[in-house]
Amino acid sequence: MKLESIERIDVRPVNKKESRPLYAKRKKIHPKRATGNFRKVKWVVMAVTLAIYYLTPWIRWDRGANAPDQAVLIDLPAQRFYFFFVEIWPQEFYYLTGLLILAAFGLFLITSVAGRVWCGYSCPQTVWTDLFVTVERFVEGDRGARIRLDGAPWTAKKIGKRAIKHALWLSIAMLTGGAWVFYFADAPTLAVDLVSLDAPLIGYMSIAVLTGTTYLLAGFAREQLCIYMCPWPRIQGALLDENSLAVTYHRNRGEARGPYRKGGAWEGRGHCVDCNQCVAACPMGIDIRDGQQLECITCALCIDACNTVMDRVGLPSGLISYDTLANAEAPPDTPRRPYRLLRPRTIIYTALLALVAAIMAATLFTRSSLDVNLLRDRNPLFVVLSDGSIRNGYTLKILNKDHSVHQLTLRVDGLAAAAVTVLGSDDTLVLTAAPDRVASYRVFVSTPRSDLTSASTSVTFVLTDMAKAVEVRQPTTFRGPGK
Amino acid sequence: MTSPNPIDEVTGTETTGHEWDGIRELNTPLPRWWLYVMYATIVWSIGYWIVMPSWPLISSYSEGVIGYSDRVAVAERLAEARAGQSEFLDRIAALPVEEIVGDAALRNFSIAGGESAFAVNCSQCHGRGAAGSPGYPNLNDDNWLWGGTPEAIYHTIRYGIRSGHDEARDSAMPAFLRDQILERGQVEDVVEYVLKLSGQEHDGERADRGKDVFAEQCIACHGDQGKGNIELGAPNLTNALWLFGDDRATITSVVSNSRRGVMPAWEGRLDAVVLKQLAVFVHSLGGGQ
Repeated sequence: MKLESIERIDVRPVNKKESRPLYAKRKKIHPKRATGNFRKVKWVVMAVTLAIYYLTPWIRWDRGANAPDQAVLIDLPAQRFYFFFVEIWPQEFYYLTGLLILAAFGLFLITSVAGRVWCGYSCPQTVWTDLFVTVERFVEGDRGARIRLDGAPWTAKKIGKRAIKHALWLSIAMLTGGAWVFYFADAPTLAVDLVSLDAPLIGYMSIAVLTGTTYLLAGFAREQLCIYMCPWPRIQGALLDENSLAVTYHRNRGEARGPYRKGGAWEGRGHCVDCNQCVAACPMGIDIRDGQQLECITCALCIDACNTVMDRVGLPSGLISYDTLANAEAPPDTPRRPYRLLRPRTIIYTALLALVAAIMAATLFTRSSLDVNLLRDRNPLFVVLSDGSIRNGYTLKILNKDHSVHQLTLRVDGLAAAAVTVLGSDDTLVLTAAPDRVASYRVFVSTPRSDLTSASTSVTFVLTDMAKAVEVRQPTTFRGPGK
Repeated sequence: MTSPNPIDEVTGTETTGHEWDGIRELNTPLPRWWLYVMYATIVWSIGYWIVMPSWPLISSYSEGVIGYSDRVAVAERLAEARAGQSEFLDRIAALPVEEIVGDAALRNFSIAGGESAFAVNCSQCHGRGAAGSPGYPNLNDDNWLWGGTPEAIYHTIRYGIRSGHDEARDSAMPAFLRDQILERGQVEDVVEYVLKLSGQEHDGERADRGKDVFAEQCIACHGDQGKGNIELGAPNLTNALWLFGDDRATITSVVSNSRRGVMPAWEGRLDAVVLKQLAVFVHSLGGGQ
């Protein structure tokens, strides 16, 4: 079957390098449906990321009797963060810092390997915008139908379609906000409370705010967020190099472009049939044939759109494809250089990523379930007793991160004749630390003045866990009047 | 209508006519949404005037239809907070101080409350860390003029020392020289003896003479060993701690002229529960018996 013609779409890129005014009203973009391998990948990524977001709070994780059984839980009132087998206290916030550093290096690495794949596939803004566009297409039809509907008068049919679309959008937005709050409380309990209106006000407010932002950002702001609000595209310049992958239009092959000729004669012209399918499919409203642009999130939908056309005109696919900037900018007759995965940049990022991950893993697995904080009294620094001996006061805090009671014995090393007493405890100096709590004790250490040789003596508090025979040593000082 | 001011060519917006060094100011209109938000706040404010207290009048203010008051709200919040603590407060009110000290939960609650009450009411004399200063006892040590048991401390706080209250701790040391009970030489002798009692450097010969004076004048209160008497608030003269100072001049001054401290009775000034909390706190400072 001979192809008669290729539909040519009359579309101009909304965003163009040549015209970036400081202020411009948003022109609505109507992305056309594209089909192909990258679209399939995007469906899978969308399904996986949305599933992670919506389902994670419902995963259960048995931690025993005294702890919540939710796998991922940010318990703000009790000041605990649960993540599967990890339980973080507020004073261990540096784990979150480590996690953010890991995320940053991860992004650097993936960007240097495959360009802006984060933007194109897994950024929440991209995923939810894609979802909203899909809903829009389902209700109002594809690009042409949507443009016609925009221009149509407000008939009952248009009002109906718009109402359905916005109702669906708002439902998705509300589910998005709704899923968020489940990370902060026991999900099954909160779900029942939300429905029976017993949930705390802050829960409803969080849902309302996130419903609003999701609805606005995915329904209306869309590409504006990436172009004007997001710092990430600006950082790309530092992360991409001529060996990074980017969605590239092969100018050498495509130019000079021209409409498809009946029968397919390709002598003296390029392979681009100027059908504008790539422009129509672009959710960012750019023309990829203009070259690299900050608006391009490398979602690869233009590749799918172009490949479909190339198939139909009987040319090899890949007129637009993932390629390196070096190849894209090479003179016409240079051979195409293959993509190099192992480059100093990728190796260094991988090494840094592995290093941070190793440090985090090491600190996580050697993390003690028993921490001790010791605060020496500063007012007064020391107390003289009636027999002339010197007494220092300490506040001893035992952080028991286990979910069982611990009994510890206290000993003070460094002063031979020291007498140790604990307020509210008997002379055996056995201290009890309740499960998942901070136990606080007042400790008094007194020693004859003759025992002290200087104003400050180094001493060590030694706490021994009676059940496990684990020792925690906490160095401090004992102050006296000096000579 | 034509604008009197020129239109800016680039933006197509009217200018204000102001010009600085060739730079003209655009008369860009406010964004619509901004304007509507402002109108909305005006409408809101009218409703607010009706519902909430807002307008100052000559001797009062417009109270609003729902009768909201910040003072009432604060009083309610305070009552709520007290109700939340009532389990502790009721038990503290009912129990003797001794038993509060013995109960870990009540003790910790009382120490927390007592510490803040101490900072407000007691730290002026005794210091923020309760370490005292000459004339104001250090409450951290184990030397107690009037007793260091929880009950004794509670009694002292409640009725004060020489406060004029009927139950107050009260005693007076004579001014031995000023009131001509002793000669100057006798005073100096007894001071040497007191220095000897506490193991300090002294003149042995004078101390021997002072011992007789001490036996005659001082043992009634300070005891024949000089160990003091907490019934009378008479300090132990044999230990390392001195209220006014341990040097010869200070001791001479005390014997000659008499010095005594005063503490107000806190009953009536502070809540009964707070008095007990203070006693528990002071007892917990480390020297309590």
